[in-house]
Amino acid sequence: MQKEEVIVVKQLYKSFGDKHILRGIDLTLHKGENLGIVGKSGTGKSVLAKCIVRLIEPDKGEINVLGTDVLACDDAELTEIRKKVGYLFQGGALYDSMSVRENLLFPVRRTQFVDKEQDSEELVENSLRSVGLLDAIDKMPGELSGGMKKRIALARALILKPEIILYDEPTTGLDAVTSGEISELIIKVKEEYGTASIIITHDMKCAKIATDNIQIMKEGVFVVEGKYDELSASTDKEIRDYFI
Amino acid sequence: MKKLKLSRLSLKSIRISEEIRHSYNGLFIDLGELVVFTINVIKQLFRPPFEYRELIKQGFILGNKSFGLVSVTGFIMGLVLTMQMNPVLADFGAQSLLPSAISVAMVRELGPVITGLICAGKMSSGIGAEIAAMRVTEQIDAMEVSGTNPLGFVVTTRVMAAMITVPVLVIFADAFSLIGAFLAVNIFEDTSSTLFIDRSFSMLGFRDLMPATIKTVFFGFFIGLIGCYKGYNAGIGTESVGKAANSAVVSASLTIFVIDLVFVLITNLL
Repeated sequence: MQKEEVIVVKQLYKSFGDKHILRGIDLTLHKGENLGIVGKSGTGKSVLAKCIVRLIEPDKGEINVLGTDVLACDDAELTEIRKKVGYLFQGGALYDSMSVRENLLFPVRRTQFVDKEQDSEELVENSLRSVGLLDAIDKMPGELSGGMKKRIALARALILKPEIILYDEPTTGLDAVTSGEISELIIKVKEEYGTASIIITHDMKCAKIATDNIQIMKEGVFVVEGKYDELSASTDKEIRDYFI
Repeated sequence: MKKLKLSRLSLKSIRISEEIRHSYNGLFIDLGELVVFTINVIKQLFRPPFEYRELIKQGFILGNKSFGLVSVTGFIMGLVLTMQMNPVLADFGAQSLLPSAISVAMVRELGPVITGLICAGKMSSGIGAEIAAMRVTEQIDAMEVSGTNPLGFVVTTRVMAAMITVPVLVIFADAFSLIGAFLAVNIFEDTSSTLFIDRSFSMLGFRDLMPATIKTVFFGFFIGLIGCYKGYNAGIGTESVGKAANSAVVSASLTIFVIDLVFVLITNLL
């Protein structure tokens, strides 16, 4: 049986000046699927993720998230959609001036996700527990390592119990062990929360562990799709090179 | 040979005029964007949710950071101005006018402008660098996906905080300058504090106080606005953080002088 589609992108184009970044992207993400997007730097992977939550306005195309036309909706509708889409940024994007607790409370308070303050605190603690960093609750982002920042950022992305998570380079800049831990965490999140995810990565180990399917992006378009094992055993040298 | 030299010269002049045209275009585009940004910030001022907590926090940070520098500068200004003016006024036998002269000069012009410039340096650069760093590290984007309008939470609160704190800091600068002036007067002759205060305020009227206070509100608005604008529109990479801070200081300082000039012209017309 065909699984429910949670993100559908059709013929998406985006240029910055005369630089064409996205050149007609088509993408479908199904419920409970972890889709990896692999490609060289500057091919437009992060731009695509930002277009999905309209952090960047595309020039042309269609984006449908959880049945809503993202490009046609107003601010209130967009906020509702964004509540259902967690976003893990490349560097974590934790608010420097706030403690870990405040970083996690921020989206809860802003979206009035729960009514009582006590419930918010409980939510923060549970979210931190799920990434194994409850001890860091009163630390400032400056006191955390790169891996801890990514975990806290993931806890923040998870706190509103999203249906979809967009991971933008979740393991970049981390050592092999921490990268492995983050990749395992992505799987754990999928199993515990039942989320669908798009994982943008250069890290093939992460792609192997955390993705169900992989799309390879080249010069603003997807050139091939498949499972890790299929693609890594491809007869096409150019595709195989991504997996070295 | 002569023709070749001439054509090289004309090519060079065409290139220079092209560069000037581009830089003028850039200036007008920048001004246009600033106007749009200002309109959006003003709209946001009246749109809920009102970020009281963040406003108080930013007001405290901005005021607290600049208070020491503004007070010391005001104190030294009062002291130096008195020491410089005393011999000149003594030549005319008008030493009794010294407190009034100092207070009028400080309250009407020097206090607001010097405090404005200090705040342009400290606040505008601080705000510019902070917001640019937030932009570069995707914290602004993270706010947007958390259902928060960064223009309301980050920008409007800082602009309002600057609007409130700059006039308060000017009052402190004026007060400290009078303390400095009082100390300097006492170097030359023994003067009681009651007499000094009485003389200081004898020539200060509503026409001195009102325009000076109103212009400091404008100083604060533009100091906050320019810092936020430069930071919010910072480019990619850490280099743009420094650029945003630097550009914010230059633009805010120039704007202080322009606003001051406009207010002097308006006040003179009234």
